[in-house]
Amino acid sequence: MSEILAQMLGLGDQLAAHVLLAASAIGLGLIVALPLAIWASRSPTVARIALGFASLVQTVPALALLALFFPILLSLRAVFGEGLPTLGFLPALLALALYALLPILRNAVTAQANLDPGVIEAADGVGMTSWQKLRLVEAPLSAPYIMAGIRTAAVWTIGAATLSTTIGQPSLGDPIFAGLQTQNWVLVLAGCLASAALALVADSLLGLIERGFATRNKALWLTAMAAVLAGVAAAFAVQFGANKEERIVIGAKSFSEQFILARLIGQQLEEAGFAVEYRDALGSAVVHNALTSDAIDIAIDYTGTLWANQLKREDNPGREAIYETLVAWEKETSGTLILGRLGFENAYAFALRRDVAERYNLASLTDLARASPEMTVGGDIEFFERPEWVAVRDAYGFNFADERSFSTTFMYDALQSGEADTISAYTSDGRIAADDLVLLSDPKEALPSYDALVLLSPETARNEAIVAALTPLVGAIDVAAMQQANYAVDRPDNKQSPEEAARALAKQIGLGPAN
Amino acid sequence: MLEFRAITRHFGQTIAVEGISCTIEQGQFVALVGASGSGKSTLLKMVNRLITPTSGSVFLAGEDVAEQPLSQLRRRIGYVFQGIGLFPHMRVGENIAIGPKLTGERLSEGRIAQLLALVELEPEIAARFPDALSGGQRQRVGVARALAADPQLLLMDEPFGALDPITRDALGERVRKLHQDLGLTTIMVTHDMAEALLLADRVLVMADGAIVADETPQALLGGAGGAQAQGLVAVPREQASKLAVMARNE
Repeated sequence: MSEILAQMLGLGDQLAAHVLLAASAIGLGLIVALPLAIWASRSPTVARIALGFASLVQTVPALALLALFFPILLSLRAVFGEGLPTLGFLPALLALALYALLPILRNAVTAQANLDPGVIEAADGVGMTSWQKLRLVEAPLSAPYIMAGIRTAAVWTIGAATLSTTIGQPSLGDPIFAGLQTQNWVLVLAGCLASAALALVADSLLGLIERGFATRNKALWLTAMAAVLAGVAAAFAVQFGANKEERIVIGAKSFSEQFILARLIGQQLEEAGFAVEYRDALGSAVVHNALTSDAIDIAIDYTGTLWANQLKREDNPGREAIYETLVAWEKETSGTLILGRLGFENAYAFALRRDVAERYNLASLTDLARASPEMTVGGDIEFFERPEWVAVRDAYGFNFADERSFSTTFMYDALQSGEADTISAYTSDGRIAADDLVLLSDPKEALPSYDALVLLSPETARNEAIVAALTPLVGAIDVAAMQQANYAVDRPDNKQSPEEAARALAKQIGLGPAN
Repeated sequence: MLEFRAITRHFGQTIAVEGISCTIEQGQFVALVGASGSGKSTLLKMVNRLITPTSGSVFLAGEDVAEQPLSQLRRRIGYVFQGIGLFPHMRVGENIAIGPKLTGERLSEGRIAQLLALVELEPEIAARFPDALSGGQRQRVGVARALAADPQLLLMDEPFGALDPITRDALGERVRKLHQDLGLTTIMVTHDMAEALLLADRVLVMADGAIVADETPQALLGGAGGAQAQGLVAVPREQASKLAVMARNE
């Protein structure tokens, strides 16, 4: 318990960012929803269209809505210029504001529709103009219902804002996503509890404002409103307060190896006197775009990933050729610098239990093709849909008795229990060494290479001190060292944090602080 | 004082008021009586332009109401609403002062107390919200609000419809007295012929959007006004005679 509390106390920055993001999104939602509600109350067509649109938005999963704003903003750069941010605060704000629209709009429209017609006639009868009627009668009578809508919106927004971590906006989702990937439940719980507590506090303060409106208790709603504003102001102060020096932002995708390598790079840079911060658990598609647009400064990616996803290539000209082509392509298209290869691959490889490999006498994929009719192959959720599988299956003529998909964690268990005879493992996974698995060689080079790369954004590439600090990492990490570090974070017991694993890794490869 | 000139109002295919011309003199207390849907409320609401006529016009003190600024027009005309029509989120005092407030004038506490006194309410009631008042008290506040801007003309749309008989009687008497004391011209819409006969100087009976009788209460009781008017007069008359018989037989 005290561990969770300690983690929560370290979440000040994320909390501040979370509060500012949620408050801005609700504020923007209000700015759009209230005039729309007034318009809707005077035109049934507008009401139908506005509520229909807001409901439609609500059916889009929040995670997808957040991700969708990346391409939308990217295409809007044609209008607003290259300075338009495509990741981080802006897309998160826009997506969450859209999400906040429905409850506010629906309650405001309902409140307007349910106003006592006698009271409205009285307002006309005493000679109010339509503006006076809105200000003196409709708004105050609708206020409690609108507040109820804002409360709902606040709770939803605070919850959904945790997902903005995936598009590079710091939030209370940071510890949740990091914890989920490394199966560090303390971290997950700390993030969830902090987010839930924030939602409860916001809900009860807004509830007080609502009650103040409903009971016409001005002191009550003014006090509660002041408390809300004070909270937002405090978040603002933390976020933009003193000594926020320029920080190097290191991005990481959502798996342990990325967390560890991000820390390793961060520790190297801190040694060299830089301040760093981490954007963990970025979506895989987001990382490269964030880097080339200078939204983040440094990232780790893999040759095979860039080859397929960025260059859209399906051929395999060989490991060296792929690397050379990528370096030139990155330099040409965006000025992004591939500093070098770290020295290990995180590729797909077929793994077997040692006893199975010996029983069938298997050492290469050619051998595996021979034994395949008697075997069941297991892969991660997407493996059998990927071009790599098609390429390797056709190259060797695999003809497995059965194909089964597993989540990554259970894939290795399935191998141990015999539910799969061979699986599509990742070469740098710590469980390969820990479970004493055999990896089969690929003599036809049918599986593409996945060399781990250090990438620097166009702006960072010009910083010689950073380049100098990170160059020692190039070629320094062999696959055994990476497997060991990954396993230290992934293993079920006696887990290390990514920071600890990164320090151990630095020591092992002869870098970092002397202690 | 008030003149309707060939005034007509249609709601789509429905005819609410059809070609009414009629003059109301200063100081008169006029009751507009008729069944539901006879057009009496529509006629009343065209005076302060809550409803715009399809054709024809209304003249108030020689001026066409359509040509006057709306807020100024409504300030000159006190209006008591069907139902209650108080603003639930405003205190009694604020409700009374709302009309003048709209044009930037602030009513003093003394003036509010004075208006409350006109309708026989205590000044302390000014600080309460409407939902803390009885139905009769609320409608008294409604009358006080209608009088706040010193109007020459008082329009009342079924003002006592929601009240119990005793409260209704007392408030009717009170309004009749205010009408005399303040020198008002009053038009009251009601479906209750007895109320009209007891309070008004002049009774206009409406049916199907037209005025079918225009008589004094005495003339109506004497049998004037035609069949439709007499049909309405018959109800309270029969009730009165039945009560008289019951009283005699006791």
